[in-house]
Amino acid sequence: MPRTGVFICHCGTNIAGTVDIDKAVEASRNFPGVVHADEYRYLCSEMGQDIIKKAIEEQDLDRVVVGTCSPRMHEATFRKAAAEAGLNPYLLEVANIREHCSWVHKDMGEATPKAISLLRAAAAKAALNTALEAPRLDVEKRALVIGGGIAGIQAALDIAEAGYEVDIVEREPSIGGRMAQLEKTFPTLDCSACILTPKMVEAAQHPNVNLLTYSEVEEVKGFVGQFDVKIKKKARYVDSVKCTGCGICWEKCPSKAPSEFEMGLAKRKSIYVPFAQAVPNVPVIDRDSCLYFRKGRCQICEKECPPQAIDYEQQDEIIERRYGAIIMATGFDQLDPTIYGEYGYGQHPDILTGLEFERLFNASGPTGGKIVRLSDGKPPKKVVFIQCVGSRDKARGMNYCSKICCMYTAKQAVLLKEKVPDAKSYVFYIDVRTAGKGYEEFQRRAAEEYDVAYLRGQVGKIFPEEDHLVVRGVDSLSGRLIEINADMVVLAAASIARCDAPEVGRLVGINSDSYNFFNEAHPKLKPVETHTAGVFIAGACQSPKDIPDTVSQASAAAVKAIGLLSKDKLQGEACTAEVNQAECSGCLYCEAVCPYSAISPVEIEERYHGGTLKRTVAEVNPALCKGCGSCTVACRSGTINLKGFSNEQILAEVDAICLQR
Amino acid sequence: MSTAVNENAAGWEPLIVAFCCNWCSYAGGDMAGTSRMSYPANVKVIRVPCSSRMSPMFILRAFQRGADGVLVAGCHPGDCHYSTGNYHVRRRLSAFKRLVEFTGVEPDRFEVRWISSSEGDKFADEMADMTNKIKALGPNGKMRDARWQNIT
Repeated sequence: MPRTGVFICHCGTNIAGTVDIDKAVEASRNFPGVVHADEYRYLCSEMGQDIIKKAIEEQDLDRVVVGTCSPRMHEATFRKAAAEAGLNPYLLEVANIREHCSWVHKDMGEATPKAISLLRAAAAKAALNTALEAPRLDVEKRALVIGGGIAGIQAALDIAEAGYEVDIVEREPSIGGRMAQLEKTFPTLDCSACILTPKMVEAAQHPNVNLLTYSEVEEVKGFVGQFDVKIKKKARYVDSVKCTGCGICWEKCPSKAPSEFEMGLAKRKSIYVPFAQAVPNVPVIDRDSCLYFRKGRCQICEKECPPQAIDYEQQDEIIERRYGAIIMATGFDQLDPTIYGEYGYGQHPDILTGLEFERLFNASGPTGGKIVRLSDGKPPKKVVFIQCVGSRDKARGMNYCSKICCMYTAKQAVLLKEKVPDAKSYVFYIDVRTAGKGYEEFQRRAAEEYDVAYLRGQVGKIFPEEDHLVVRGVDSLSGRLIEINADMVVLAAASIARCDAPEVGRLVGINSDSYNFFNEAHPKLKPVETHTAGVFIAGACQSPKDIPDTVSQASAAAVKAIGLLSKDKLQGEACTAEVNQAECSGCLYCEAVCPYSAISPVEIEERYHGGTLKRTVAEVNPALCKGCGSCTVACRSGTINLKGFSNEQILAEVDAICLQR
Repeated sequence: MSTAVNENAAGWEPLIVAFCCNWCSYAGGDMAGTSRMSYPANVKVIRVPCSSRMSPMFILRAFQRGADGVLVAGCHPGDCHYSTGNYHVRRRLSAFKRLVEFTGVEPDRFEVRWISSSEGDKFADEMADMTNKIKALGPNGKMRDARWQNIT
């Protein structure tokens, strides 16, 4: 039989006003296992806590029930007091007789019996409470950043500056991401490369940052503080230690393939760096187009390479490392607008997406920085920009706003006017959205000073006629049909999640929304955390974002990661699920419902008829379990229980409450 | 307190057991308290970490022991503290409600509700609605374990 002490708080008159405290104390004395009952005006005060501590010691109590305010308010306070008196804190139970009783019922006739009922339930549960220990978890003081765009670079630099090691895994041969593809940035028109390249170099040279480019995460195991990650370092066929980045190999290489960096508008060599400022400045060989790999001859790069860095025998390498925290910064893609047949994308070289048009401005881009039509090389005089291609389109595209298109379109129209002074821009829009510092002013300038015509309405058809494109649309403000003979059409295609985002999310155990953008733990209060402890998100992998928002979020994610890495030990959850493996049938229904991947199959050996029998059963990792208890109900043999909220404890509460019947 | 009441006598009051998830509905109950939103004392709350912790066993036991109504409350779908718990309970308990009906207990005696931590008013309203509904249905005669009534 337990030795339970019951302590009832008056909370001034908050409880005592509607609950007859003396009656409740008297009734408590008669509960099974109760050896001591007391009351105090403010139990949460130091004096009140001392009463509990003293009674634990003097009365040799091994269970404590407090009848007070909500456990969400002061459970921690009383558990701490119990612990100070040498009692395991999980042997204390709270009966919520304030928020759930005295404050919501009118008089003592109603509230007193209910308070007694709640106290009886708490005492019945407490009798079955067991001493619990929250696991203490080690922290590997190293972070992994997945994605080497501006979000990943910023997060990694912040973590590195705080004194922790950080690895950046980037799938492409160079870090830089989408921002490296941009010519200028809105609303200040500073050159994207000029502000990004120093950060890329800083990341490469920082002693705490380790770049793993041309690499992908293969597997993530473990949990917060101890993620065991397998990273595949794809073969570059170039020894990055020997390579000096002189560029002779790609000058001499005879075979070409469409450049991914240039959105396929230009060709690159088969041995290549994606762009001139690539970090690291080490080329890779693209096996699919390389003559040597396709036909077994050529080897010009090998012959020409001064430091003899070419290595055709290089193999993919698997790196296994442990990390304390992971930041996802995997970025975004642009929607392929071919699904919008009326815009004719892909059928005419002068119909481009926003990102393709951006490349035309770049001095090292497909046209050497000249704004010309790809069809005939002449500068365009009339350019039509179409907004919301795939964004805010419930029927065929995405419901959401891609956020950056209004601004980059205004930017491109301004840049166009500067490069081709007699060019005229037309922008078909649904709404112009320019929330952001200096954004509205910039867009107004585009419209007023750069002669950009904003037409509210949609385009119904684009078709080629002679040497131009006929754009037919409707101006929804005047209701008139509009026909523009354009030289070029730029489609603001929606920003979408990376096509493999759900798989990558599953690797680290985070989920995505209906558009495959990663879910944050709380849309307002936990914008960079995820439901998986120790995994944070930054940048456009969470939702479409401009550069300032991306950088802010990256720094926020870095701070969260630093906070985690700065701890020597992490406190786990004490109320976790527990499997009785002797009874477990190994059906693993529990594994399927666990939102934290905390349950996994394990093979055990059992003695059976003199021999040993191997069978598979479920095992709960207490470091991962958050104690929701969903598995306990999924278990067919009822053999999983939740510590702190066990079947027996909850049933005891039910019985105690129903005892009035 | 422990004497069996004559339920047919005038002044019969129903007993309703409400299982509330810690993060939304229990906190919604706290909010009802903080806002002094009164509801009948017939409702007694048992705290569970997540509505997906709700085993049908707990509900059946409440009916066996004499509860006249059982309410399970969790976070709104999509808001579960544990991501997906309330989706599981939604499926499990909608199937379970059919079983309750099959056993002869009026299905209205068992309800699942979504109450967020900010919905103190909704918490109080749901508790009052449930109480009124059960009052109209009268005492629960089915599934009662008669032996239990003699235990003091």
